[in-house]
Amino acid sequence: MKTILTLNNITKKFGPITAVKDLSFTIEKGNVYGILGPNGSGKSTTLGMVLNVVNKTSGDFHWFDGSDSTHEALKKVGAIIESPNFYPYMTAAQNLNLVCKIKNVAQAKIDEKLEIVGLLDRRDSKFQSFSLGMKQRLAIASALLNDPEILILDEPTNGLDPQGIHQIRQIIKKIASTGTTILLASHLLDEVEKVCNHVIIIRKGVKLYSGPVDQLNANHGYFELKSSDMDKLQTALTENGLFDSVKKNPEEEYMTAILSKPVEAEELNRMLIQKDIILTHLVKRKESLEQQFLKLTNQKSA
Amino acid sequence: MLRLLTIEFEKLRYSKSAKVLSIIYFGLFTFIALIASIRFNLFGAEIHIADQGIFNFPYIWHFNTYCAALLKIFLAIVIVSLISNEYSNRTLKQNLIDGLSKKEFILSKFYTVVSFAFISTVFIFIVSLILGLIFSDYTEIGIIFSDLEHLLAYFVKLLGFFTFCMFLGVLVKRSAFALGFLFVWWIVESVVVGILRFLVINDATKTEYITQFFPLESMSNLVKQPLTRLNVIQSAANQLQTDIAFDYAVHWYQILIVLGWTALFVWGSLAILKSRDL
Repeated sequence: MKTILTLNNITKKFGPITAVKDLSFTIEKGNVYGILGPNGSGKSTTLGMVLNVVNKTSGDFHWFDGSDSTHEALKKVGAIIESPNFYPYMTAAQNLNLVCKIKNVAQAKIDEKLEIVGLLDRRDSKFQSFSLGMKQRLAIASALLNDPEILILDEPTNGLDPQGIHQIRQIIKKIASTGTTILLASHLLDEVEKVCNHVIIIRKGVKLYSGPVDQLNANHGYFELKSSDMDKLQTALTENGLFDSVKKNPEEEYMTAILSKPVEAEELNRMLIQKDIILTHLVKRKESLEQQFLKLTNQKSA
Repeated sequence: MLRLLTIEFEKLRYSKSAKVLSIIYFGLFTFIALIASIRFNLFGAEIHIADQGIFNFPYIWHFNTYCAALLKIFLAIVIVSLISNEYSNRTLKQNLIDGLSKKEFILSKFYTVVSFAFISTVFIFIVSLILGLIFSDYTEIGIIFSDLEHLLAYFVKLLGFFTFCMFLGVLVKRSAFALGFLFVWWIVESVVVGILRFLVINDATKTEYITQFFPLESMSNLVKQPLTRLNVIQSAANQLQTDIAFDYAVHWYQILIVLGWTALFVWGSLAILKSRDL
């Protein structure tokens, strides 16, 4: 598989503070990556370093096979970091035109990309007249101008209203479906869960996990169960050896049983009926990314 | 190089303030020329500046470049804001992300500075040539095109000054503060020159030997005040029996000093940008 970005033990110190510590990971072509981490965990600093705007303290990185200089490689990358930055006195089309000149690509695609983000009717409006949502969409259009090998988005939905967030997500999904590699930095877990298939989790500049989302937590999910005779249910569940733990939550009326083997809800229900236990509530759940994330970040801090 | 210049031109072309300031700058150029050619009455005596010999070739090259250089502050504002806007709009960051290298960024600004200086020089050449052809007492080709080194000096002077402005813009990031810094620098330099001249060295020639290396001083040395070279002033001085011998000539080492500063400012801008996290 083609490697797009490689980071080797990259470190950034701001005076006495270490923002990013010994970070290594690789980005392969065709995947949608999410960099997850709380605010101030070093996500933007990491992206800043590979995008040539923040100087690294030590370590190294290279784009693609490493044969191009960083700024040459960046011409094949589309990136938006933090707020959308354009010349306020220029129109959408003029701004994109300038980006084309910098990236050395033809200007023919400006209208096409404006169409993708739904700004074609505003192509001749000045950037300063745009709302935040429109600015963000223009930034995406600008990042797409060179049909990039990878699209880097740093908190693309920050500060947007629900409608704006929805629009941006739709655009990202649309781009991802065309096979473009995407690297999305965010502290919003459901955002990453919805669009990414790989995650890199960092906290205080240290990598906690990197790999596919579904391998983040290798367990098989858990059941939420309720019956009229809770004691009998608990005994039956503990006996059959399918579960790591069975416990009754004091604040909730149902029982939580964490699976140690893959078991379907139907199978468990049939088994319990044979033992004369009738369930009034049965739900099988997978741990959400949020729970996994909190678990992971808490584990490491403990 | 052409790519970098078109990028810069694209940025400038839609900026209203840059447009207005450039129009004022080049407007004043022509305006000065117009004023000088008008006859007006002062205390009942009719005065016609053009008749005082200021538009005589080759003196006009010296006189006009000196006057025009006073206007350079307008373009200096354009240059400083051209750079500080990149910081305040955070477009510098975006330019780098889009694939411009830091070196290319500084070079694109430097090329703009060179073209500003060049256009100004061409402009003053044309204006002076026209004025001279109208008002000069001597219009022999040989005389018209003598003393052209003042134009070269003017170009180098602007180049040095504008690169200084560029450097201050990169260093200070805010246009108002950068221009303030320029003003403070000018005061500090004048004070230091004064102290050296009257308190430390006490000798004009020796002081000049040192102060000619100061950035602003070296730039102003390139095109010296032309007034005492005027016939009217010279004859008045002769009548008063005072000797106002003054070295008006452009010396190669003065040009070299300013070019040295120019190189230092470009290098310094790049070094600052490279070491900074944006």
